[in-house]
Amino acid sequence: MMPFSALVVVALVYVSFLFGVAFWAERRAASGKTAWLYSPWIYTLSLSVYCTAWTFYGAVGYAARSGLEFVTIYLGPTLVMVGWWWILRRLVRIGRAQRITSIADLVSSRFGKSTQIGVIVTIIAIIAGTPYIALQLQSVTLSFAVFAQSDGSVWVQGDFNQTALWVAVCLTVFTVLFGTRNLDANERHTGVVMAIAVEAVVKLFALVAVGVFVVWGIAGGPGDMLTRIEASDIDLWDQESGRWVSLIFLSAAAFICLPRMFQVLVVENSDERHLAFASWAFPLYLFAMSLFVVPIAVVGLDLLPEGSNPDLFVLTIPLFQGETELAVLSFLGGLSSAASMVIVATIALATMVSNHIVVPIWLSTQGQQGAMMSGDVRNVILRARRISIAAILGLGFLYYRVSGGGTALAAIGLISFAGAVQVLPAMLGGVFWRGANRIGAGLGLVTGLVIWLWTLFLPSFGIDAVISQTVMEQGPMGIAALRPQALFGIEGLDPLVHGVMWSVLLNTVMFILGSLMTFPHPLERLQGAQFVNVFDHSKAAPSWTGAAAGAEDLLIMSQRILGSTEAQAIFERETERQGRIGAFPEVTPAFVDRLERELAGSVGAATAHAMIGQLIGGSSVSVEDLIAVADEAAQILEYSNRLEAKSAEQERTARALRDANAKLTALSIQKDAFLSQISHELRTPMTSIRSFSEILREGQMPQEVLTRYAGIIHDEAVRLTRLLDDLLDLSVLENGQVVLRKSTGRLGDLIDRAIGAAGLHDGLLEVRRDPAKEDVTLTTDLDRLVQVFINLISNAHKYCEVDKPVLTIDVTRQGNMTAVDFIDNGGGISPENYELIFEKFSRISDESKAGGAGLGLAICREIMHRLGGDVSYLPQRHGTGFRVVLPKHAISPALEKT
Amino acid sequence: MSRNTPPPIFLQRAGYRQRRIRDAAKLLPFLGMILWAIPLAWVHGDATTDVGTAGLIYVFVVWVVLIALTAFLGSRIRADGDQTDASGQGGDEAPR
Repeated sequence: MMPFSALVVVALVYVSFLFGVAFWAERRAASGKTAWLYSPWIYTLSLSVYCTAWTFYGAVGYAARSGLEFVTIYLGPTLVMVGWWWILRRLVRIGRAQRITSIADLVSSRFGKSTQIGVIVTIIAIIAGTPYIALQLQSVTLSFAVFAQSDGSVWVQGDFNQTALWVAVCLTVFTVLFGTRNLDANERHTGVVMAIAVEAVVKLFALVAVGVFVVWGIAGGPGDMLTRIEASDIDLWDQESGRWVSLIFLSAAAFICLPRMFQVLVVENSDERHLAFASWAFPLYLFAMSLFVVPIAVVGLDLLPEGSNPDLFVLTIPLFQGETELAVLSFLGGLSSAASMVIVATIALATMVSNHIVVPIWLSTQGQQGAMMSGDVRNVILRARRISIAAILGLGFLYYRVSGGGTALAAIGLISFAGAVQVLPAMLGGVFWRGANRIGAGLGLVTGLVIWLWTLFLPSFGIDAVISQTVMEQGPMGIAALRPQALFGIEGLDPLVHGVMWSVLLNTVMFILGSLMTFPHPLERLQGAQFVNVFDHSKAAPSWTGAAAGAEDLLIMSQRILGSTEAQAIFERETERQGRIGAFPEVTPAFVDRLERELAGSVGAATAHAMIGQLIGGSSVSVEDLIAVADEAAQILEYSNRLEAKSAEQERTARALRDANAKLTALSIQKDAFLSQISHELRTPMTSIRSFSEILREGQMPQEVLTRYAGIIHDEAVRLTRLLDDLLDLSVLENGQVVLRKSTGRLGDLIDRAIGAAGLHDGLLEVRRDPAKEDVTLTTDLDRLVQVFINLISNAHKYCEVDKPVLTIDVTRQGNMTAVDFIDNGGGISPENYELIFEKFSRISDESKAGGAGLGLAICREIMHRLGGDVSYLPQRHGTGFRVVLPKHAISPALEKT
Repeated sequence: MSRNTPPPIFLQRAGYRQRRIRDAAKLLPFLGMILWAIPLAWVHGDATTDVGTAGLIYVFVVWVVLIALTAFLGSRIRADGDQTDASGQGGDEAPR
C-alpha cells in the first residue's frame, strides 16, 4: 500500500514535470526551433483533450452499465476525422485565413463580426462547459479518495471539497502561467499544447497498461477474455437504436463544437497538412483508448466486491491486485486527462469571454480614445483572460460544491455535449451556405439554448431541484405540450435523444427560417462569401484555363504595357519555345502564367491578373483581387502625385529663371539706354562749350560778345558739373556706400531751409503751409532729407505751368506713419507714368524748361530708401502730388504727440 | 474546357486519379456510418442472442479498416496548394 502523502508528492512531481515541459517548449518556440514542436504527432496528440477524465475513468463505468454504448463517444469523432476533407479542412482553412481565435469568433465573424452572436455563443459555451469542468474536478478528487481510502482513512465531504479546491487552484495557476503569457495574434499556446501532448501519451499508456494487465495478467489472454465477456452480466447491445445513432451524431458534432476541441483542432493548428496525418492517427488513438474498456469493465465486475463504483475500476483493479505502481500510473493518466481538458477548455472559454464580452464592454466604456492605444487594450485583454480563467475554474468548483459531487454530475457529460452542439447549425450553415445570416444565426442559437436548458440542463439537477415534479409531469402552468421531457406531447423517447433532437431540430429550423426571411448586412455578405468560398480566395489562385483569348489580343495588351519591342520579343521567344513557325505562339496556360508574371513586373500582380482575366474571361475577379488592384492604384496615384509635385516645382523654377532672365535683359536695355542717355546729356553742354570756345579762340570780337560767350561756357560747365555731381550722388546711393550723418531737428525748420534753397526768388510760386502740423522732431540724416524736399519744391517750381502756381506742403499722419505731401495745382501726370518718373533720365514734359537731366526724383527715391522711408507719386484730382513718407524710427517718440 | 493542345496523357491520368482519391476520402465517413449502423439491424432484427462479442469485434474491425483506408487515402491525397491543383477542372471545390 502506498501512503497518501506519497501520492500527493507523485502528483506534484508530475505537475512540475508538466510545467517543465511547457516551459521548455515555450523557450524552444521563442528561439525559433519549432520544427519538432509543430509536428503532426504533437497536433494529433493535442487532439486527445477530447478524452477527458470522464472518458478515462467513466468509459469503463459506462460500459459496465450500458454495454457497448460507450464506444459511440469515440465513433463520432472518428467519423469526423475520417471525413476531414468535408468539414475540418474547411474550418482549418477559414481559421487560418480569418485568424479565428475561438468558436465564438468563428461564428461571430462569419455573421458580419457581430458582437451579439459572439456573446450568445460564449454564454452557451460557459453554461455547457462549467459542469464539465466540475466533472473533471470530481474525478480527480475521487481518484485521490480511492488512494486515501485504500490507505485506511475515511473521507468526509469536507475532504472532497478541500481536495477539489486545491486541484482547481493548481490548474488555475498552470493555465494562467502558460495560457496567458503572451498574446499571440494566432492564439497559439506552444507550451500548453506540448504539455497536453505529453499528457496524451501518459493517459494512453496508463489505460493500455491497465488493459494489458487485465487481459494478460488477470484473464488468460484474448481468447479467455472473450469468453469472460460473453459470460458476464454486461449486455453489450443494450441500447435502443435511436440512442446509438443520436450519440454518434452528438459526439461527432461536439467534437467540432466544443470550445476546447475547436481550440486544438483549428486555433492551435500550425499546418493544414497535419490534418491529413491526424485524420487516421487520431482515430487510432481513440481506438487504442477504447480497446480495453470492455475487458476492464468485465474483469472489474467479476473481481471487485458487489457495489464498487465501476467508474473507478481503472484505479481499483490494480489496487485490489496489489499493483501499486500500475495504480499510480493509472492515477496519473486520470490526472492528465482532467488537467489537459480543464486547461484547454479554460483557455478557450477565457479567450471567448475576454474577446467577446470584456473587451467590447471596455471599449464602449472608454469611448473613442480607448481604441487608439493598443498597448492598453493588450493589458486589458491579458488581465481579462487571467480573471476569466480564475472565474471559470471558480464556477466549475462552485458547480461541484452545489451539485454535491454525486452521481448527478456523471450524467452531465452528454448533456454538456448537447449544449455545445447548439452552435453546430450556425457554424456549419455559416461555412457552407452563403445565405445564412446574423438574424437566423441568433434566432437559432437562442432557440437551441432555451430548449436545451429546458429539456436537458435544468432537469439534470434532479427532480424538484430546479423544475418541480408537477412541471415535469404536467408542463409549466399545466401546458402539457411544454413538458421538459415530452415536448409537443411526444412521449416515450429517451430524455437525451428527446432533448438533442428537439433542440438541434428547432435550432436549425429557426436558423434557416430567420436567414431566409431577413436581409444581411453588406459585411455579412462579404464574410459569407469569404467563408463559403474560402478555397477560392486563400492560397494560390488556380492557373488560367480557358484559352479564349487570342494571342493577338494578348500581344496588343502586352504592347500597351511593355512597349512593342519587348512584348514582341516575349512572344517570339514563346513561339520558339513551342517550336512553332509563324508570328503567334499557342496560348497555353503556362504561357499565360509567364506573361502574367512579366506584366506583373510592370503593373503589379493584381492588375496583371485582372487584365489577363479580362481577356481570358475564365476567372471571376475576387474581392481580394479588387482590393489588391485598389492598393496598387493607390500606390501609382501616390507616385504620380509625387511626380506632379516635382514637375510643378520644376515649372516654378523655370518661371523664376525666365523672370530673372527677363530682368537681366531689361537691365541690360536700361544700361544701354542709360549710357546713350548719359552720353547725350554730357554731349549737349560739351558741344556748346567746344563751339563757343572755338569762336573765342578766333578772337577779334567786341568785349560784350566775349563776355556773353564766356558766360555761356561757364553756365554749360556748371550744368556739366551738376550733372556729374548728380550721377556721382546716385551711384553712391545705389551702391549703398552713402554714409548717413544723423542729427536732430524740427520738420518745419527743414522745410524752411528747403524753400530757401530751392531758388524761389522770382516769387512766382506761392507756398502754403500749416506750421502747427510741422512741429515734428526728427532724428535722421537731415541734410539728405532737405535735399529731397528741395528737389520736390524746385520740381513744382519748374513744371507747374499755370498762371498762379500754388504749392501746398501738408504733413499727414496715418497711424504711426508720418508723411509730408507736396501738392501743386499743375497739370498732373498720367497714371502710366507714376512709376516711370522715378527712373533715371525720365522726363515727362518737353525739355525746354527742364534744367536737370531727370535724375532728381531717382535720387530722391534712393535717398528715402536709404533713410528707411519712401517717396511716391500721390495722385491728385487737380495737380501733381508727391508724398514723402518719413522714416518710422526717425520721429522722436517724446514729441510725437504734438 | 477547351485546351488546344492536350497535355501528356500521364498528367491527365494523374489528375483524374487525384480527383477520385478525393471522392473516396469524402465517401469514407458515410461508409463508416453505414457499417456502424449494421449491428443495430442484428440487434433489433430477429433477436438472435449471440450478437455480443461478435458485435464488439465487428465494431473494432470496422474501426481498423476505416483507419487503414483513411491513412492510405491521406498519403495519396494532395492538399491543394502544394502544387497547382490539376488545373481546377474537376470542380471539386465548393460551387462558386
